[in-house]
Amino acid sequence: MPNSPSPTQAPSRIPSNRSADTPSAAAMGQSTNNVPSGSLNPGDADVLARAQAGDHQAFAQLYSVHKRRIYSLCLRMLGNVAEAEDLTQEAFLQLHRKIATFRGDSAFSTWLHRLSVNVVLMQLRKKGLSLVSLDEAMEPTPEEGPGRSFGSPDLVLTGAIDRLALERAVAELPAGYRLIFILHDVEGFEHNEIASMLDCSIGNSKSQLHKARLKLRDTLRTQKRREERS
Amino acid sequence: MTGGPSKLSCAEFQAQMPELIGLGKDAATHPHVQSCELCRALLADLETIAEAARELFPSVEPPDEVWEHIDSAIKREQADGIEPGLTPHRQ
Repeated sequence: MPNSPSPTQAPSRIPSNRSADTPSAAAMGQSTNNVPSGSLNPGDADVLARAQAGDHQAFAQLYSVHKRRIYSLCLRMLGNVAEAEDLTQEAFLQLHRKIATFRGDSAFSTWLHRLSVNVVLMQLRKKGLSLVSLDEAMEPTPEEGPGRSFGSPDLVLTGAIDRLALERAVAELPAGYRLIFILHDVEGFEHNEIASMLDCSIGNSKSQLHKARLKLRDTLRTQKRREERS
Repeated sequence: MTGGPSKLSCAEFQAQMPELIGLGKDAATHPHVQSCELCRALLADLETIAEAARELFPSVEPPDEVWEHIDSAIKREQADGIEPGLTPHRQ
């Protein structure tokens, strides 16, 4: 299992939602969606301190603030309600056991997110799902290398992509790609934050994300071809 | 690498794409993209996917039972003498 959350992570600064007129290049490189909003305001810091001191009521308040974000992460990654509930439970139980070790050097929300990502990763490994090694990300395989990305321009995925089709395609991604795609493109984390959460390099995070998008493109184009034939 | 940016082959350009995009640069202005229809199409597709991802998997509240289970488990651990900050041996 990856290490428990490091209190030395860089502070999380997740930009607010992208505006409608944000250039697409920004969307590609600077993800800002579904902003994790678990940062504690001064009043919440008191709640955190009380929870760290063992105040159960305060811990319940922390749960209330962060439950939606953590449950959504689990659900997005596992795609299964029962498993998402179990993992949410496990993440908050781990939080309860480790909360006293949080020193406040980083945003609490980032620390909790990292802890939860680790819980998800553990579960994926336990299930033996294809977690593409983060270390392998920089090595393009013949199947996934640059040449694979060519395609006839008439099959450009212009216009709106069917949301359900894309969600299905995301669900088919290898778990490692899916995790980074969800963290970056869906949840809005930056590459440096993802690298910190997953103990990988920023370059690795970028490469994995790129491969995830390429795989999604392949899947969607294949589907589009089928639709055009029928 | 073969010459300047506009002289890149498609494979060379695509090998640079993760870094280019990851830095938040507008890859569409890259000289290679300006002159290559295939890479322009690829970039447009990836942008479309990144844009569409914003709308995926709306966040949802966990059911109340999740907290009930957490609450019970915490109380069980406390009854077993496990204090916060200590990781119990799980069976």
